[in-house]
Order: sequence, then C-alpha cells, then structure tokens
Amino acid sequence: MIRITLGAVSKPLESLKIKTGDWGTEYPVIDEKECIGCGECEVFCPDLCIELVEVGVEKKGEKEKVIKVARVNYEYCKGCGTCSVVCPVEAIKMEFKEIYKGELR
Amino acid sequence: MMKVVRGFYSVAYSVKLCKPDVICAYPITPQTEIVERLAEMYANGELGSCEYVTAESEFGAASILVGASATGARVFTATCSQGLILMSEVLWNAAGMRLPIVLVNANRSLSAPLSIWNDHQDSMAMRDAGIIQVYAESNQEVHDLIPQAYKVAEDRRVMLPFMVCMDGYKLTHAYEPVDLLSQEIVDSFLPAYDPPVKLTTKNPLTFGSYATPDYYMEFRVAMHNAMERARRIMEDVFKEWTGVSGRDWGEHIANGGEAETCVIAMGSLVGLVRDVVEELRKDGKSVSLIKLRTFRPSPAEELRKALSGASKVIVFERSLSLGSEPPVTLDVKSAIQKMGIDVYSIVVGLGGRDVPRELVKSTIQEVLEDKVKPGLHFKAKQFEEVIP
Repeated sequence: MIRITLGAVSKPLESLKIKTGDWGTEYPVIDEKECIGCGECEVFCPDLCIELVEVGVEKKGEKEKVIKVARVNYEYCKGCGTCSVVCPVEAIKMEFKEIYKGELR
Repeated sequence: MMKVVRGFYSVAYSVKLCKPDVICAYPITPQTEIVERLAEMYANGELGSCEYVTAESEFGAASILVGASATGARVFTATCSQGLILMSEVLWNAAGMRLPIVLVNANRSLSAPLSIWNDHQDSMAMRDAGIIQVYAESNQEVHDLIPQAYKVAEDRRVMLPFMVCMDGYKLTHAYEPVDLLSQEIVDSFLPAYDPPVKLTTKNPLTFGSYATPDYYMEFRVAMHNAMERARRIMEDVFKEWTGVSGRDWGEHIANGGEAETCVIAMGSLVGLVRDVVEELRKDGKSVSLIKLRTFRPSPAEELRKALSGASKVIVFERSLSLGSEPPVTLDVKSAIQKMGIDVYSIVVGLGGRDVPRELVKSTIQEVLEDKVKPGLHFKAKQFEEVIP
C-alpha cells in the first residue's frame, strides 16, 4: 500500500527525495586549479546543483581576498553540461560515467 | 422568472448566481457573448468581489484559472474549438491537479479546414483529459447545469473539472424562454467552495508534482476512480436539482422507453430527433429516443439497461475519430458488447452542416426497414479529392 496526495500536491523540499544524480550519462568535472570562482556556472545551472565554496584566503599586501571554487552536488546533477559551456576559463569538462564508457566510445 | 434570452445570457446569468471568485476568458466565436455578458455584469458591479481577468489567449486564461483554483477560488471560463484545444495542455494539468474548474464549451468544429460552425469535435478531442462532460439540449438545461456542475466538481469525492457542452449557434445564439433561477434557489442548493487543500503565501505548495514511474500510475488511476465516484454523485445531484427547480432533465441519459430500435442523440439535435421519433411511434413503429446527457463518465450501465430490449441502435454522431469509429459509437458498443444489438453509426452535421428533419426521418426509416447495413455511415455528399 502506498500513499499518494490529492492532485499530486506536495510541500516544499519534497522534491529533494528524488535523487536525479543518476539520470545523466555524463558528469561535470571541475578543475579547481583553473576555476576562478566567478560563479557563472552557479547562475546557469538549471537544477541549482553548483555552489561556490570558500577554499582559502589569498593575501595581497594588506588586503585579503577569499578564494572560492565551484563544487557540484552530484546527488542531483543531471549532467546537462551547461556549466561546462558557460565556464569562461574552460575549467569544467564533461566526462562519461564509468558504466557508459565502453559502450559510447 | 421566465424571460426570453439568448443562450449566452442563460449561461452568464447562471454563472453570476453561482458567485464565482475569478472569471478568466479569451473571446472566440461562438462563445464570445457569454464572456461579454459576464464582463458587463462585472463592469456594472453585479459580480460582488469576483475578479474578471482578461487573458492574452486561452492558454493564458486556463493557466490563470489553475492558479486561482489552487488558492481555493471558485472559477469559471468559457471557450470552444481552437480555444479549447489551445487550453488542452493546461486542462489536462488542471484535471491531474484535481482542480474543480467549471467551463462552458460552445461546441464548434476544429480546423482544418477553417470552420466556425457547430459540431462536437472540439469537446470530443478532450475526451480522455479527466474532465466531466455533459451535453445540454436547450438553453434552460444549460442554465440549470451550471450550479450542478459546481456542486459535482467541488465535491471532495470528485475534485475534477466539469465542462458543460452547448451547441454553438444552435443554442448560444438562439432566443428561448428561460426560467431564470433566483439567487435564493442557487444559494440553498450550492454551498460555498470549501477546498480540501489550498495555496496561500504562508503555505507554499506544489500542485501536480513530478511523479516517478514508481508513483505516476496510481495518480492516474485515482483520477479514474474519481470519475467513477462522480457517476453516482451526479445522479444524486441531478435528483436534488429536480427537487429544487422542479425540472427533471433525466439522469446521465433520458430514456424514452423500450423499443426494438433505439436512437441515441446528444445536444441540440435531441429535440428534432424526439419529434421524429414521436411521429414514427404514432405510426406504430417500435422506436424510442435515448438522450445522452453525460458523456464522461460514460453511462455504460444506464445504456445497457435502456437497450436491454432493443435489437438495433442508431447513434447520431456529431464528431469523428479519424481511422476508427466515432466516440459515442465506441462507448455505446463498449457498453452493449455481447448483447447482440446491431449498431448504426450515422455521422451528421459536421462543421455546421444542417441536419434537416427529413434526413433524420429517412435515416431512421431506412434502419427500421433494413435498407441499410449496421456500421458507419456518413451523411455527406459524394466527392472526389483532386490535387489543386
């Protein structure tokens, strides 16, 4: 017996139960050395799966600058590849998931 | 209060008495004057706190009503033909979201070729959307159906859109005496809408959420079950309406009695077919009329009962299912399978083609006299298709 709601009405955050990370054939790999933390990919990601995270602080004389890089939430990333297209420094490459490698090459 | 009014007004006045919260529509012939009359009432301050929203298209109109209905508003729209099929994507969603939207469809043909005239192809194209469909014979019946539509659609055991179908021109533009309901009668019959779930700014919700293959099927089966429940609830509402208004329109079907040959018709054609059938009965022919009111949910059990003594059934179709048999014929055949009744599916009056009395009479007589074989027959002209 399963329970369903009238009209498929759901409360906020219910959709988090649906892990969409296994939908894609590819996934983005971010080269954190190349990433300039501009946030372009974060803005364009249609599934809000990219977040800029602080990884350190850079000192330039008296001034301190926070270093940020993009990180992907692979639990929900569907592998659409938009981030890799919009990255201005080409720091994001799409790679086939292990299970698809032999077949698609 | 008996008045001579056009079909447009009989709808608009009835909608007003149902006290909708939001009306949203886009004009399309032959529906236009329904919403013009409502817009006029709105402008004159006769609709209370109702919001009248003019949309940029039927797609927009239906979408606005989905939003409004989700907040618990009682909503109304009217459309037809291309407008209805432009709404169709939204209306399938509304049904799945279980929103009790009430709409009037002023039945009109579908393009191409372009035609603004009457047949049933538009509403039949919405057959499987999860929308209740009832066809009216007269403007009084349309007038009476609006409060009943709200009562059924908003019943918590149903929660589905309800489409009242009236023939474009033949009813919409026709002047007929209509006993206009009083506010007291409608108020006593129709309670305020009490939504089981509603969207507010403090209570954000998603309607019609994404359902994975593990869950989708059950949601659709639940809609089918709601349609099945609606069948019985509608019977109760129809009976209650007769008590309140003093007018008995029958139930899902109005059965003219047992006969060897039964004739099934829907909408405004019913009056003409009834007249012909009565004449033939006076001449001693065993023939009777079944007026089909409810198309969805399909009144299969009622049809089986009504046809239990028949050997032939004639279905006057105002629609097609290209490459198959027309929709009403399919339902009738499904209902009476294994009963050994011959089915004559007669397609008439597409795109506003006149259906004269002589055509109805000769068609029935041909069947009575075995001059025609069971099956699909088009009352169309002989033609040859040529390359232009």
